[in-house]
Amino acid sequence: MSIRQSRNWFSPDYMVHKKTRKSGYGLHPLDDYLKKDRIPHIWCPGCGLGVVLSAYIRALKASGIPQDKTALVSGIGCTGRAAGYVNMDSFHMTHGRAIPFATGLKIGNPDVVTTVFSGDGDLFSIGGNHFIHAARRNVDFNVICVNNFNYGMTGGQAAPTTPMEVRTSTTPYGGFEQPFNLPSVAAGAGAVYVARWTTYHVEQLTKGIEEALHKDGFCFIEVLSPCPTGYGRKAGQKAGKDTMLYYRDKSRIEHGANPNDVSLDDKDEIIVGKFVDRHAPTFQEKRREVFQKARDMMGVK
Amino acid sequence: MGVKKEGTYFMGGNIACAEGAIMAGCSFFAGYPITPATEILERIANRFPELHGSYLQMEDELASMASIIGASWGGRKAMTATSGPGFSLMMENYGLALMTETPCVIVNVMRGGPSTGLPTMVAQGDVMQTRWGTHGDVGVIVLSPASPQEMFDLTIEAFNLSEKYRLPVILLSDEMVSHMTEKVVIPKKEDITIINRKKPECTPEEYLPYCPDEDLVPPMACVGEGYSIHVTGLTHDERGYPSIDEKVQNMLVTRLLDKVRNNAHDIIRYQEHMVEDADIIILAYGSASRSAREAVDMARKKGIKAGLIRPITIWPFPEDRISELAERAQAFVVAEINFGQMVYEVERCCRGCCPTYLIPRMGGSIHTPEEILDRIEKISKGGGQ
Repeated sequence: MSIRQSRNWFSPDYMVHKKTRKSGYGLHPLDDYLKKDRIPHIWCPGCGLGVVLSAYIRALKASGIPQDKTALVSGIGCTGRAAGYVNMDSFHMTHGRAIPFATGLKIGNPDVVTTVFSGDGDLFSIGGNHFIHAARRNVDFNVICVNNFNYGMTGGQAAPTTPMEVRTSTTPYGGFEQPFNLPSVAAGAGAVYVARWTTYHVEQLTKGIEEALHKDGFCFIEVLSPCPTGYGRKAGQKAGKDTMLYYRDKSRIEHGANPNDVSLDDKDEIIVGKFVDRHAPTFQEKRREVFQKARDMMGVK
Repeated sequence: MGVKKEGTYFMGGNIACAEGAIMAGCSFFAGYPITPATEILERIANRFPELHGSYLQMEDELASMASIIGASWGGRKAMTATSGPGFSLMMENYGLALMTETPCVIVNVMRGGPSTGLPTMVAQGDVMQTRWGTHGDVGVIVLSPASPQEMFDLTIEAFNLSEKYRLPVILLSDEMVSHMTEKVVIPKKEDITIINRKKPECTPEEYLPYCPDEDLVPPMACVGEGYSIHVTGLTHDERGYPSIDEKVQNMLVTRLLDKVRNNAHDIIRYQEHMVEDADIIILAYGSASRSAREAVDMARKKGIKAGLIRPITIWPFPEDRISELAERAQAFVVAEINFGQMVYEVERCCRGCCPTYLIPRMGGSIHTPEEILDRIEKISKGGGQ
């Protein structure tokens, strides 16, 4: 008898599987896109991650790209767990390394539509260098950055996106570091598509992700998202709903705004919209061209 | 530019390594310039356009390592090459590759350390780093070439072992071997054995990405093949799903270690030179083994029964053979270009049967045969310390 046949199921997760069946798995039209035995997820009540993940799934469904030709790559953190829930090829990598992994994956198999789905700390603190270089290379994949302004999974520490003077567990008297303006970083590094939405702008976000899925090159979408547990409590937004109302009241849509002018320093206004949508040859296109010239020179096919 | 067919060449170690990779079917290379490994990157960059391969110069070694793991899951044979400072950065995702059982090859051309150390000069100080450098318990395969010919042969071997056992394999060269130019024979392509990873034969519904076969290696589905795989660096069960259960940790890590331990007989390679009747056995690897071999021949001429064992796989260590030899040898002498790393492994395997001596060297140059001979002579007269 082979090991495969003789092996007993040993994972306690199978208990969870039974529970989800009872709770009505399979009734929702997007359930096919989720790994049913991985539901329920670990995200807190009021968290915005479910909204962003379902926007991604809706966009993917609308795009018509076959599920088995898509890949979701994530780093570490609450957002990083998204890769574990989707029913497609998914990769949960080391902290900050989702982008270089995705670079290899996409170049390794260019037929697969690849999306990096990760958080602000993962992508812009530990992974910041990889982000700017992938944008510069214009490798053909999408980055969805769920920005909840803190490190949620480790309990609400300051991130490179945490606004000045906000209290977190590592800035107990208020932060004093200038946060990143993410669209500006992305546009400055060379991203061909840059947008910002919030979890309040579900329709626009879904449409934006769909656009990015179809667009060649390095596309970046920042999604502002509530984190009542780690961030909201100390920032005066105790429930997820408070943050959503804040997004509703303070957001202003301004397509084509200069990314340098959309920083979140001004607490009275959040500028959202599609800021950059331009064409530039992708890494793959440019490389094909140069390599072809080299082959012509060498006289090989 | 280019070696395209079989023949005999006068070739540098790093060039032979790049040619070996190409011969093994490597079609993705990511690297970052670093002395003394840069020639591998340069050679690949020159050769890949005609071969339709993908070469990427990454922003750092963290990214190089992460991207070859990505490319491997994209279905490619992938490699990177570096030296000590870059190798330290790669430790993070080396662990990821071990945990996710990703076949790939890492070349580490050792130079003097610690830190920036001696960029252009030889050392063998990374031996234990290859074994224990990444956190957690790991089973690893590390090969040690001692000539440009072996840079070619063992690069192919490294790919084969990585594909067969689904893990990152390290080719642990040193500056001397990498920058040495010697005769390299490239055999006919059809005479070279190439091993490719096992693919699943079942349907996606039946497929369990981390359920192993008898050899403890699970078949590997890659991205875009319709198997809806989930790959994580977290402790995972047979479905690839994360788990925070002690039992799952136990099953997984035990298998990852056993994969190498139980297959050690298939993995371990070493070369012996006149050990059958030897009283004093020298153990050396890489460039140090070349001086040691010369010293053995010189000792024999003086009537001292010396012999040489050269581990080609450093890890797993050929411990059974060392234990066997220790029972009848008078002494083991380890010549390595560090202040004592493998000597402790030899000492452990000797189990007190015979004394173990170290001929250390700090790096910057290799031992001279005379220096090793001198020590052999002293030991043979009963005064080794």
